[in-house]
Amino acid sequence: MRKILILFAHPKFEHSEANQAMIDSISNLENVEIRDLYELYPDFNISIQEEQEALFQADVVIWHHPIYWYSCPPLLKQWIDLVLEFGWAYGPGGVYLKGKYLLNAITSGGSELAYSKEGRNQHSITDFLLPFEQTGKLCLMEYLAPFHLSGTFKISDPELQEKAKSYREFILQLRDSETIDRPLRPSPSKI
Amino acid sequence: MNGFLANAVIYILAAIICVPLAKRLGMGSVLGYLLAGILIGPYLLGFITNEGQGQDIMHATEFGVVMMLFLIGLELEPKNLWKIRDLIIRIGLSQVLVSAALVFVIGLLIPIPWQISLAIALSMALSSTAIVLQSLKERNEMNSPIGKMSFGVLLMQDIAVIPILAILPLLVIAVPELAVEHTDGMHGLIDSLPGWAQTLSIFGAIGIVVLLGRYGFGPLLNFVAKTRLRELFTASALLIVVGISYLMEIVGLSPALGAFLAGVILANSPYRHALESDLEPFKGLLLGLFFMAVGSTINFSLIFNDASTVFTLTLGIILLKTLVLLVLGKVKKLQFSSNLKFAIGLSQVGEFSFVTYAFAQQLGIFDQSLTDTLMAVTALSMTISPILMLVFDKFIIPMLSKNTDIGEDKMDSFQEKNKVILIGFGHFGSTLGRFLRASGVEATILDSDPERIEYLRKMGFKVYFGDGTRAELLQSAGAEEANILISALDNTEYSIKLVELCKQEFPHLEVMIRAKNRYDAFELMEKGVTNIYREHLDTSIKMGEDVLKKLGFRAHTVHRMAKQFHDYDEEALKVLVKFKNNQNEYITKSKQQIEMQESLLSGELMRKFSVNDHAWDSDGIKEAEITGQDKTKQ
Repeated sequence: MRKILILFAHPKFEHSEANQAMIDSISNLENVEIRDLYELYPDFNISIQEEQEALFQADVVIWHHPIYWYSCPPLLKQWIDLVLEFGWAYGPGGVYLKGKYLLNAITSGGSELAYSKEGRNQHSITDFLLPFEQTGKLCLMEYLAPFHLSGTFKISDPELQEKAKSYREFILQLRDSETIDRPLRPSPSKI
Repeated sequence: MNGFLANAVIYILAAIICVPLAKRLGMGSVLGYLLAGILIGPYLLGFITNEGQGQDIMHATEFGVVMMLFLIGLELEPKNLWKIRDLIIRIGLSQVLVSAALVFVIGLLIPIPWQISLAIALSMALSSTAIVLQSLKERNEMNSPIGKMSFGVLLMQDIAVIPILAILPLLVIAVPELAVEHTDGMHGLIDSLPGWAQTLSIFGAIGIVVLLGRYGFGPLLNFVAKTRLRELFTASALLIVVGISYLMEIVGLSPALGAFLAGVILANSPYRHALESDLEPFKGLLLGLFFMAVGSTINFSLIFNDASTVFTLTLGIILLKTLVLLVLGKVKKLQFSSNLKFAIGLSQVGEFSFVTYAFAQQLGIFDQSLTDTLMAVTALSMTISPILMLVFDKFIIPMLSKNTDIGEDKMDSFQEKNKVILIGFGHFGSTLGRFLRASGVEATILDSDPERIEYLRKMGFKVYFGDGTRAELLQSAGAEEANILISALDNTEYSIKLVELCKQEFPHLEVMIRAKNRYDAFELMEKGVTNIYREHLDTSIKMGEDVLKKLGFRAHTVHRMAKQFHDYDEEALKVLVKFKNNQNEYITKSKQQIEMQESLLSGELMRKFSVNDHAWDSDGIKEAEITGQDKTKQ
């Protein structure tokens, strides 16, 4: 059983039905730790050591957040800036995250269509996740394809419940399956 | 005019008239006092007779000099004194020895008996601590290179008074026919003792001063401070100085030096600033009286009768000392204009010379007429040198000013003053102080609770004793150099006094004041204070934050709401203060404010808070998005 660490960042969680449904579906799972960053650090004063300890114990790390302006909310960026220290997460001696799995679980107002070459964002969500992908690589982590809940602006309740359930299943799979093979981009050999 | 009160009225009145006038004319206060003395002296208005009166007052007020040295000692921690040892020993000693040697040789050439010549030479080598330090202080030059050099020289001279007073009796032994029984004077109880015992008592006395300073004065002042009677504290301060002076007088040492020593020992104590501020007015008054007494003792009939001799001697000694000092200044690489200032500043004969003349006369080395002449010369030189300084400042400096003084500021300053003064070190102040220190900012801390100070000093805080609402205390705590003054007192009356004081005396200070509540804040706002910290505001909001969190509000949301509420409340206060005196309107206004505050909590402003964040989740975007999508579908 792998240990899953969910770093959840939403500045207005109380107003987000989509994220509430997702978080509800996975809370109280064994070996799944949810760290609600805006609740832990309302003043952005992140405890680096605690975060690193939590990271160190996890096998799978998930950045769970809404997409704002093609990126994550500011506190998660702050978390990345401060917690992934040189010499600890990357650079000489920075091997503490090596081999761990990493991925983004994201919600977006825009639909799948909006995040495509033809859509108004003109790029796939994969493209927008490039900074996260490269951050993971620099930390010697295995960066996986995201879990994406799109079109939150007009999702219906049954659809949302369905999606939340699949999020739970996805998490359980990450926790329990023998192997994880979910690369963001298929490697050339596999094509 | 007779009687103590009549005399007091004359002296004080003369000072009140002459000193402000002198200041207005751009002269120092010293010159003002001297002129006041001359005015009321026997030769002009004749209020004060020369016989006895003037000189008696002079002797009494030499105590002002003693206090001054005590105060200077207080400002010097031993390690700072050690830093200027080179100035004291090399420059100071050279000045005394070279000046004395030259005068001695001139005396021999005139010729007068070598004993008399030596006594005169040693006396005239001394300069006036009172005049020089007073004018340095007035011109704020104590910490300048000139100030430090002058101080070093003066300190050496004060030390030199001891051996000089020791040497004078030896001269009598050399001239037995001059020996006269002396009963009173500088030497007291130990005169009858054999030489070795005298030496022993001298060292003993110094030892006593050091021991008292280390272990005696602190507990005494602490004990007295606990009574919370200000006048008793002042009395203790006086007792320390008078006691030491008396002790020194008994063993025949310079009281000024003893007081200086005691000051240095107390420099590290928590009572330093309080002592300074308590003794400062006494020092000022006594010194003023002393200068007036000097002025009044100038024997003008002697000067008129023997004008050529007196003036030749006076100008001669000034010139001679100026030259010696110029050479020393040159050695120390002072710029020419500074050097001239330093040399002229110290060129007069000092007040301790009065003491040595009197002593020499008692010993029979001088006769009456010689003493009179020397006294006249000394007093005249004390009057002329401030005038010379004035002329120098007004006319010569502007001419030399093209050569600006660069490169002299490299000498170490006596002490580092803090940028922040913190008054009140109770729970509020100490929390603040600890936070500042943790952030690397040291504050000069004043408090008036002796027990707390004792405790805090044990905890490693340097806290000074004193009531911060007094200008002198703030002055000595470094208010001139500081940037920020914080009142953490829980007594707003005191804080308001403090604000008014700062406005008057230290307008450059940024004042930051703790206020108990809204009404105190109003008062402070009306005094023009902009940095007001209501003690209940932050804590109550903090508590509210925690209540909301316990009720299930999101931490980040609560954090931001609290910040907004805080800012909103501060803004509301600025509105309310305008209606403070208008009872009805104030009530309606504050009702409005209360309503607004309630609406903030009940959701009215909360919605505004939400609306402000519409980029994160607003219905507006949702709608636009949906209609937008619909449009693309269409």
